[in-house]
Amino acid sequence: MIPPKFDYVKARSADEALAALAEHGEDAKLLAGGHSLIPLLKLRLSSPSVLIDIGEIADLSYINDGGTHIAIGAATTHRTVAHSELLRAQVPLLAHATGQVGDPQVRNRGTIGGSIAHGDPASDQPAVLVAIDAVLVARSATGSQREIPAGEFFRSFLETALAPDEMLVEIRVPKIPGAGWSFQKFNRRAQDWAIVGVAAVLDGTSAGIGLVNMGGTPVRAKATEEALAGGASPAEAAAHAADGTDPPSDLNADPDYRCHLARVLVGRALHEARS
Amino acid sequence: MSMVGTRVIRKEDPNLITGRGLFTDDVSIMGTTIMAFVRSTEAHADIVSVDLAEARALPGVLVVITVDDLETQELPGAFMRTVLAKDRVRFVGEPIAVVVAEDRYIAADAVELVQVTYRPLPLVITPVEALAVGAPLVQEALGTNVCFEVPWPQEQIDQVDRAFEAAPRQASTTFHSQRVHPVPMEPSAILADWGPDKLTVWASTQMPHGLRNCLSSFLGVPQHQCRVIQPDVGGGFGAKVQQYPELFLAPILSKRLGRPVKYVQTRTECFAIMCSGRDQHHEIDVAFDDDGHILGLRSLIHADLGAYPDLPNSFGMPTLTNWMSSGCYKIPAIVAGYKCVLTNKTPQSAYRGAGRPEASFLAERVVDLIADETGIDPAEVRLRNFIPTDEFPYKVPHAEVYYDSGNYPLSLHEALRLCDYENLKVERDRRNADASEKLMGIGFSTWVEIAAFGPRGALEGFGHIGSYESAQVKIQPDGTAIIATGASPHGQGTHTTLAMIAADELHMSIDNITVRSGDTDTTPQGVGTMGSRTAAIAGEATKQASIKVFQNACKIAAHMLEANPDDLECVDGLFQVKGVPSKTIPWSQVGWAGLSPTLLPDDIPAGCLESTVFAEPTGFTYPAGAYVCVVGIDRDTGHVEVEKFYSVDDCGTVINPLLAEGQVQGGIIQGIAQALFEEMVWDSAGQPLTTTLMDYLAPAASDVPSIIDGRTNTPTPHNSLGAKGIGESGTIGSTPAVVNAVVNALAQYGVKNIAMPISPQRVWRILNQAQGA
Repeated sequence: MIPPKFDYVKARSADEALAALAEHGEDAKLLAGGHSLIPLLKLRLSSPSVLIDIGEIADLSYINDGGTHIAIGAATTHRTVAHSELLRAQVPLLAHATGQVGDPQVRNRGTIGGSIAHGDPASDQPAVLVAIDAVLVARSATGSQREIPAGEFFRSFLETALAPDEMLVEIRVPKIPGAGWSFQKFNRRAQDWAIVGVAAVLDGTSAGIGLVNMGGTPVRAKATEEALAGGASPAEAAAHAADGTDPPSDLNADPDYRCHLARVLVGRALHEARS
Repeated sequence: MSMVGTRVIRKEDPNLITGRGLFTDDVSIMGTTIMAFVRSTEAHADIVSVDLAEARALPGVLVVITVDDLETQELPGAFMRTVLAKDRVRFVGEPIAVVVAEDRYIAADAVELVQVTYRPLPLVITPVEALAVGAPLVQEALGTNVCFEVPWPQEQIDQVDRAFEAAPRQASTTFHSQRVHPVPMEPSAILADWGPDKLTVWASTQMPHGLRNCLSSFLGVPQHQCRVIQPDVGGGFGAKVQQYPELFLAPILSKRLGRPVKYVQTRTECFAIMCSGRDQHHEIDVAFDDDGHILGLRSLIHADLGAYPDLPNSFGMPTLTNWMSSGCYKIPAIVAGYKCVLTNKTPQSAYRGAGRPEASFLAERVVDLIADETGIDPAEVRLRNFIPTDEFPYKVPHAEVYYDSGNYPLSLHEALRLCDYENLKVERDRRNADASEKLMGIGFSTWVEIAAFGPRGALEGFGHIGSYESAQVKIQPDGTAIIATGASPHGQGTHTTLAMIAADELHMSIDNITVRSGDTDTTPQGVGTMGSRTAAIAGEATKQASIKVFQNACKIAAHMLEANPDDLECVDGLFQVKGVPSKTIPWSQVGWAGLSPTLLPDDIPAGCLESTVFAEPTGFTYPAGAYVCVVGIDRDTGHVEVEKFYSVDDCGTVINPLLAEGQVQGGIIQGIAQALFEEMVWDSAGQPLTTTLMDYLAPAASDVPSIIDGRTNTPTPHNSLGAKGIGESGTIGSTPAVVNAVVNALAQYGVKNIAMPISPQRVWRILNQAQGA
C-alpha cells in the first residue's frame, strides 16, 4: 500500500495543468479527487512518474446554465453535482445517480470529471452521460478544444478518447426537465460499484438507456430503445436489455446473471420512468 | 446504588473518539526503521533462488535477509513452519525475505527489487483435493495431508449405530462453514526496540504476557529484560493470539541494527497472511422420530487448516465444535470426530467464536432439517428437544463437557413473544402467496456456546501459562484506586467493566478508579483477552481483590473512628459507623493512612490497601440464547435482505448492558456477514481473490439491520458475579438464524440447504431453476 516514487505538480489553473501535461506526456497522470488513481498507485498497478494535481483548480469547478444545456466543470465534486438545485431541476437523473456514487467520503472528494476520464464501465455517471447524449469537452495545451459525444468517448475498459496531452474540462448535459427517468443500481453493499446499473430517460416512446457494468464501456441498451420506438410494451422491450452486451464475470456475477439483472433492472427503470 | 447492571458510558471512549488513542503505529522513537516482507507469489513452489543484491544496494536499505540468516529458524507456535520460508513456499503471501529500510517508501521499493525464482509444484486448495489418492503433499515429510485426527471412538460408534437402527427416521446432510477473515480495523503491527539492557516491544496483540514469554524463550532474553506493551489495539477477533513471523523478526533485526524496527501490515497483506477462520466441512447423519425428537447424531468434520496450522489453536477449533455439537438439545447418542487437513492456503485459526459457530450451525441447521422432514414447526421441534431446565449441570453424551446452567425454553418463549411469531407466520404465508411481494422467511437459532476459558488446565492445553486472570487493586495515597489487570482488552471496554465491579466493592466513585492493562512490566501475569473470558474471570479477580482491600480499609477507618470494623459502612466514599453519618472518614484519609504507618493500627501493615488476586474459575460457562431472523428475498434478483433480527441473549449477570448490547450487535453483524456476504476465495492456482475490502465483502452499517434485543438471566455458578461472558455469542448464534430464514423462504421451491455466503446470484440460480422446472 505504498505507491512507487512520483513527482508532484500542483496546477493552479487549467492552463498550468495542460502545460505540465504537454511537458510530461504519457508519463503523467492527472490527480483530482484521487479515489480511483490513489488505490491504483498504492497497489502499484499504476506507476506514473508525475502526478499533476488539478483538485483545487477553481476554474474547473462550476455548474452553469448554458441555455439548452448545463455545463459542469470537470473538477466539480460529486457532492456538489448531487446537491445542485439546477441539476436537480433540469437533469434530475444525473443529480440522483451522482448521489449514489460510493459513500459520503468518496462523494466529498471525488470529481465528476475524474470519474468519467477514468473510463470505468462500473461507474455510475458514464452510463448516465451515455443515456442522455451528453457532450464532453476536452482541451489540450495548444489551446484547441473539442467536443466529444459521450457515446464516442468511452473506447474500452479504462480507455477513453482523450489524447495524452488532453484534459477533460467540461461536461455538457442537455436539459431534460420533463422527461421520465430512473436510476437502478444493484449491488451487495451500499458503497460498492454496481454489479449492474441502469440509467434511463423516457419521453413518450423515445428512450435513452445506459447500462453500467455490462461490458468494457458503458453501453446503450439499443435493442430495448428500438423496441420501444417500434411500439413494444416496456416489459417486451426490457426483455432485449442485454442484447448485444458482453458483460464481465467476477466473484459477484457471471455474465448470464448480469444479463438477467440488466433485463430486470431495465424493466424496473422503464416502469419507474413512466410513473 | 450498584454500578453493576447499569448503562455506564465507556471510560475508553473520550480518548478514542477524539483521536487521542495510542496505537502501535502511533508510537514513535527516534531512529525507528521500517520492516517489510517479500512475500510469495506462488501457492506451492520450490524456491530456486532469492537474489537480494539489488535490494541491498538501494540507498536507505539497512538489511535484507532470508531464513538462512537466522540462528533459530523454526517459528514458535506453528506447525512445521519456519520464520521465513525455507526452500519451499506453501501459500501465496508466505514471507520469503524481510527488508529493513529508513522509511516505508524505500522499504516498499526494496521489496520489489528482490528477485525470487520459483519452480512451481502441484497444489491442493480444498480438503477433497488434499485427501485424493496421490494428492500433492503440503508437507512431504508428513506423508499425508491429514496433520491431526480425532477418530470416532468405537464405543460411541456402537451406541449411535444402535440409536439409528431403532430410529423411525433419519436424514443426512453436509455443511460448509466457509473461510472468513477477521478484518480487524488495525492489521498486525509491532515496534521492537532492543537496547543495551532491555528489549521493549509494542505490539497489536491479544495477549501481551503470552507474547513476552514466547519472545523471551525464542530470543534467549530473560523475562525481566523483555517487556511487551500492548497499546490501544484496533480489534483482534482471535487473530492476534498467534505467533506471526513479524513478532520475532522485528526484535531480531532491532538487535542486529541497534535501532528500533517497526512493521505495520497493509490491508492486502493482512488478508494474505493473518490467520483466517472457520473453513470446516461437515458430514452429518441424524436419527429422529415422527414427533421430531432427536435420537442420534453422527458428525465428521474436515477442517481446512491451510498451509501452516497455528499450534495448538488450529487443531483445537474442531475439538470445540465437537464438544458443542449437541447444541442445547438432549440427544441420547452422539459420535463426533474430525480430520485436520493441510492445503496451500493462508493458515486458519481462531476467529470470534472459534469452533463454536460451526457447532451452532450444525445443530441449528439439523433441527430445521428435522422440522422440514416431519412438518413440525421449527420452534416446536426446538421446545421438544431442549435439555430440561432441571437437568443442569448437564453432561453431553460424547464428551467431558458439563453445561453449567441454562433455561432454553425461557429464551425461546421470550424471542417468540418479541417477534410476535404467530403474526409473523401469517404475514410470511400471505407474502409468499403473492407474486408481487418479496419472498419472506423466518429463521431460528437457539444456540449455546462455551465461554469463560477456563477452569484449571483448560488453556494450558492451548499453550498458555494458565487459565486464570489477574487483577491488582492499589489504593493511592489520596484514596483513589488504580487497578492493573492481566486481561488485555482490544476494544471490549474492559476498563469500564472492571472499574464498575471495583466501584461496587470499594464503595468508591467509578471516576476515582483507573484501570491499566497491557504492560508486562507493570501488570500482574495474565493470560489475555480471548474466549469470552474477561468479565467472568478478570471481573472475578477484580471483585475479590477489591473485597480484600475494602476489608482492610474498614479496619483503618474503624481505628480512626475508634469503632469496630464490623460496625462500619461506606456510603458515597465516606466511612461511618452504620447509621451515624455525623462522623465520617473519607476514602482520601483512609488511603493516606494506609501508606502512613504512624496512622495505622499496630496489627495493620503499610501497603495493606493493595491486593492481587488470580481468579481461577471452577468450570466453563455456557451462554445461550434464542435468535429470530426475518429475511425478504427479491424474487427477480435473488437479493436477500435481513428485514428484522431479534436476539434474546442469556449471558448470566450483565455487568454493563451498554457493553453487552455492543458485543451482541457487532457479533450478530459478523454472523450475518458469514451467512450473506463474506468469503475468502482462492482460485485453482492458489491465488487469493479477496485481498482488498473491495473484493472481500465485509458489510457496513447500511447493509445490516437494527437488532431488536431482549435478555434472560441464568447466572453461572462458576463465579460469584454470575457472569457467563458475551464476547462471541452474537457471532455464534446468528449465522444459522439467517440461513434457516433463507431456506424457510425458499422451501416452496424444494430448497433444503443452501451454501454460504448466500449471494444474490446463488439465490437467483435456485429461483431460475425452479421456475424453469
